[in-house]
Amino acid sequence: MASGSNPAVQSAPLSNDDIGLERRLELFRLQVEIRDCEKRAHDLFFQNLIKGTSHLSIGQEAIAAGFGVAMQKGDKSFCTYRGHAHTLARGASMEGLLGELMLRDVGLMRGKGGSMHLTSVEHDVYGSYAIIGAHLPIACGSAWRAQYLGEKDVSVVFFGDGTTNIGAFHEALNFAAVWKLPVIFVCENNLYMEYTPIGDVTAVKHPAADRAASYGLERILVDGNDADVVYRTAQVAIEKARRCEGPSLIECLTYRHSGHSRADPGKYRPPGELEEWLKRDPVIIYRQRLKDFGVTDDTITGIETESKRKVDAATATAKASPPAPVEILTTDVYADGGWAWRN
Amino acid sequence: MGVAELSYRDAVIRGIAQEMDRDNRVVFLGEDIGKAGGVFKSTVGLYEKFGPLRVRDTPISEQAILGAAMGAAMTGLRPIAEIMFSDFLAVCFDYVANEMSKLHYMTNGQLSCPVVIRTGNGGGARFGAQHSQSVENWTMMIPGVKVVAPSSPVDVIGLMAAAVRDPDPVVFHEHKSLYATKGEVPDGVIVDTLGTAKILRAGGDCTIVALALMVPRALEAAATLASEHGIDAEVIDVRSLVPLDTQTILGSVSKTGRLFTVEENPRLCGWGAEIASIVADEIFWDLDGPIVRITTPHIPLPAADHLEDLALPSAARIVDKVRRVLKA
Repeated sequence: MASGSNPAVQSAPLSNDDIGLERRLELFRLQVEIRDCEKRAHDLFFQNLIKGTSHLSIGQEAIAAGFGVAMQKGDKSFCTYRGHAHTLARGASMEGLLGELMLRDVGLMRGKGGSMHLTSVEHDVYGSYAIIGAHLPIACGSAWRAQYLGEKDVSVVFFGDGTTNIGAFHEALNFAAVWKLPVIFVCENNLYMEYTPIGDVTAVKHPAADRAASYGLERILVDGNDADVVYRTAQVAIEKARRCEGPSLIECLTYRHSGHSRADPGKYRPPGELEEWLKRDPVIIYRQRLKDFGVTDDTITGIETESKRKVDAATATAKASPPAPVEILTTDVYADGGWAWRN
Repeated sequence: MGVAELSYRDAVIRGIAQEMDRDNRVVFLGEDIGKAGGVFKSTVGLYEKFGPLRVRDTPISEQAILGAAMGAAMTGLRPIAEIMFSDFLAVCFDYVANEMSKLHYMTNGQLSCPVVIRTGNGGGARFGAQHSQSVENWTMMIPGVKVVAPSSPVDVIGLMAAAVRDPDPVVFHEHKSLYATKGEVPDGVIVDTLGTAKILRAGGDCTIVALALMVPRALEAAATLASEHGIDAEVIDVRSLVPLDTQTILGSVSKTGRLFTVEENPRLCGWGAEIASIVADEIFWDLDGPIVRITTPHIPLPAADHLEDLALPSAARIVDKVRRVLKA
């Protein structure tokens, strides 16, 4: 990319950049928007406008952004209940997301799923799953369909470190390896299951990477707080899957700045740990990265300002939306649209 | 068009083959189903006919089997997944109870899950408590799932076709003790309808509602009741628990005034309890006496043949119960 012709860049260090300015700006925009939207979700929860539960990805944005930019239209995302970031990273609207968290009619599923089941097929988000590990075999099935039909899309499944100790994880890894499926397993290791440190309950130090050898897979352990690292890792794995060369298991080291869910203050964490990780805040790291590559302050603040505007607008839209009409209580239990179980 | 005698086991093979011939989106996966032809020999020849890409042997990973079937279904295929023994549904029940069944509803209709879960259900084979259960009631209680349990070869083919073509997840309970039984099956493509019960024997004195292995036992009992006790029983094969053909059952009970259910599942929360409840709610004044459920007692099934035979409802037990209740 010729940096000299782009007003966003002050100097020319981008000329040898494998990622390129356009994708860098996209990686930054996604991280900023996810951060701002998650912070808003946090605030709305404490205002009692988000009911039920909410699991934030503040601190983990680089993983969603890195994969979101690397994945192409048609590539499918399978998320966990901590899925706000991945849903936004595929292009779903903030209105739809915040609307669903607030259980309003404007929500992605009109309030029928809630925060833990975000789905937007239009954006290739094939669901968010709230039973640990369940979606790993499901992603294998999607990849099997692509393999069987000769379709070129890749299925990417995101999960936390706690998932690596449940049976479905191991069944899915073996299954995908034996069938050479175009599926990518992405472990977001944020060091805690819910409240218990993953290291206290796991036989190996790196819960995903150290298990890769069991399934004949390469050991991949990367810095999950650097969007460039995640993006490059994602690219390699996606290309491998598209070449029909089988699955990858990637462990991304990261940290959630907030608690597990809802109002959890994360008191189980040792003093100083959060502060150390805040120094490695992915959004701050990437902001500085853009400056190092010569992106102007105006461009950066422009993205930040636009993000805040979008979050405010989405919040207003979601707040203004009524709850869905009560008629949907019994729609879509079965694929005929209804709920009839007898004549 | 001809008619040939076919075993229940061979009907499973023919039903699957019929649907795989029709639609190349129909794929089949499970443990030992391919090269080995299935532990009950109920999938022999499918691997040779349709090849390793459509008939896929899996590891002993029930969660992976049902999860992969679901992922394939929600992105465009029409998988048939085998869970060898229905008891094993317990190790992958998440996919039945939480995943497949909720997908369409939770996503507000964005995704659906046209999977058929075939499973060997029921007792009589002396396999003991973990390979003999009748678990149709486990699956019946979950909103979003459909549940079928055929009793004859022709129903196996027709209901298999209906299940594969259905847009929802269907649990297809094949009865292990029926695999060797035979029945007449017409040539050609057979497609039945989910949610339809069948009156197999007309009668005016009472209604006996049965499912799967209990159907031939109910028919045998009805013949004895007629020939030896002068009782003319109507026998209904429920066939499909969800959707449930309540109209056929209600119509029969309205006519006969008496209802007996014959259930292989252990007593608590068996499917007959739901039917009894519907009948009591809706046509109570048509009843001439109490509804009677004939079930396996609420015990794990023993392996010993004489004990298992004592536990499962038999034709003799049905005869005895119906006779004593009606003569009372």
